[in-house]
Amino acid sequence: MALLEIKDMEVSYGFIRAIKGISFKVEKGEIIALIGANGAGKTTTLHALSGLIPLDAGSITFNEQDLTKIPAHERVAMGMAQVPEGRRVFQQLTVQKNLMLGAYSRKDQSGIAENLDEVFTRFPRLKERRNQIAGTLSGGEQQMLAMGRALMSKPDIMLLDEPSMGLSPILVSEIFDIIKHINESGTTVLLVEQNAKKALSIANRAYVLETGNIILSGKAEDLMNDDSVRKAYLGES
Amino acid sequence: MFISYLLSGVSLGAIYALIALGYTMVYGIAKMLNFAHGDVIMVGGYVAFTLSVTLGGSAWVAIIGSIVFCTLVGIVIEKVAYKPLRSASKLAVLITAIGVSYFLQNLALLIFGSNSRNFQSLVSIPVISIGQATVPGETIVTIGVSILIVIGLMLFINKSKSGAAMLAVSEDRGAAELMGINVNKTISLTFAIGSGLAAIAGILMCSQYPMIGPYTGQMPGIKAFIAAVFGGIGSIPGAMIGGVVIGIIENLSKAYISSQLSDAITFVILILTLVIKPTGLFGKKLKEKV
Repeated sequence: MALLEIKDMEVSYGFIRAIKGISFKVEKGEIIALIGANGAGKTTTLHALSGLIPLDAGSITFNEQDLTKIPAHERVAMGMAQVPEGRRVFQQLTVQKNLMLGAYSRKDQSGIAENLDEVFTRFPRLKERRNQIAGTLSGGEQQMLAMGRALMSKPDIMLLDEPSMGLSPILVSEIFDIIKHINESGTTVLLVEQNAKKALSIANRAYVLETGNIILSGKAEDLMNDDSVRKAYLGES
Repeated sequence: MFISYLLSGVSLGAIYALIALGYTMVYGIAKMLNFAHGDVIMVGGYVAFTLSVTLGGSAWVAIIGSIVFCTLVGIVIEKVAYKPLRSASKLAVLITAIGVSYFLQNLALLIFGSNSRNFQSLVSIPVISIGQATVPGETIVTIGVSILIVIGLMLFINKSKSGAAMLAVSEDRGAAELMGINVNKTISLTFAIGSGLAAIAGILMCSQYPMIGPYTGQMPGIKAFIAAVFGGIGSIPGAMIGGVVIGIIENLSKAYISSQLSDAITFVILILTLVIKPTGLFGKKLKEKV
């Protein structure tokens, strides 16, 4: 049984049918990339998985439970965390408060403290700035904070939406290294990216989304060598 | 004389501040103006009146009964009137709030009639003299109670988990949901707290100005709204300082300018705030960082 299984999912955004019946699977321990151009429906897919928008049809099964009717806030405790597009850290709160909000659905105080130490070890810069207001952090630091915040819920799966957006190439590489490390320490990752090259370089498998449909899927290395993918998403001719 | 005018201004302002806190918290978290908030003061006053005068209960019974009742009223109003409109336009919510306000006023009219009733002060502290000025016990109690409440509220918001949830929801509802925060519950809690504060404000106000009628909440509600806007709607320190400033200005203009003009002066403050600094004293303009 896959950790996360999406079947025939349809989602509308306002009057627009953004996702037109897609199915895909994420196995435990994998890094799965969902690539596609702007407007392909990548963010909508993640919003639907987290429960921020309802499904029109289809189903989401996570950890063998049907998520379709479960409200967004309960999905966190079930082991699903999202690092949203544009980071969306709480700008007016301190770094530490942001991290503690990540652990909102947990009650094991000692476990939370342990987790906080882990996050600070993984992101030393966040430790230095723990009492700083999050809005004053740089874009890269805010991305780290958003990832640390998601880790604080001790998720089985982490959904990442455009982690490379607006970051310098060096920072992008750093962020992708961190994603890989997070995966290696046991968290399954579903990664949504416009930067297909980077995403495919760390993913096990990938799905290509185009105007609400999955048009291609396979092993990341196979997709990397696929002519149509190279032309459309890797900027090669 | 000035000292006693000033002190009674501060105490009037403290009442406005308690009401303004409800306005500003609900605005910050639910992103709506709850124009029925002022009428919850009236409900609080009537409940305290009924418990103490009609049923002969003790002051504490009246106070606690009134707070509990208004808290429930706040939760019910939010569930019945506002929650179904969560994704509706702001205008629809605003009109609904005005509708709720009329509903509460007319319900009070139906139950208690149109005549104002004499409220008996629930505060039994004697007049205190400071130098040559005399200060009624109600004034001292009002100021003291308000300070305690504000400290308690700040501690709750900045130290408790529910308080953190409120701050998170007020900044980014979607991101708060992704943290596992139940947004509906948080909004409900905000209405509960705001309405409880309105009940306390109602009791304090009716103890100082011992009359209660169906429209008792209207004017203080509007003044508190002005205080919230003046302080920067959404900001808790803004609501407190705005309330006290409006109270002092109102009382001093009653004393030294004209008691008929004092309301007009308060409204001029609203207009000036909206023209000169629409975000108010402590209002924040959020900058988006990508």
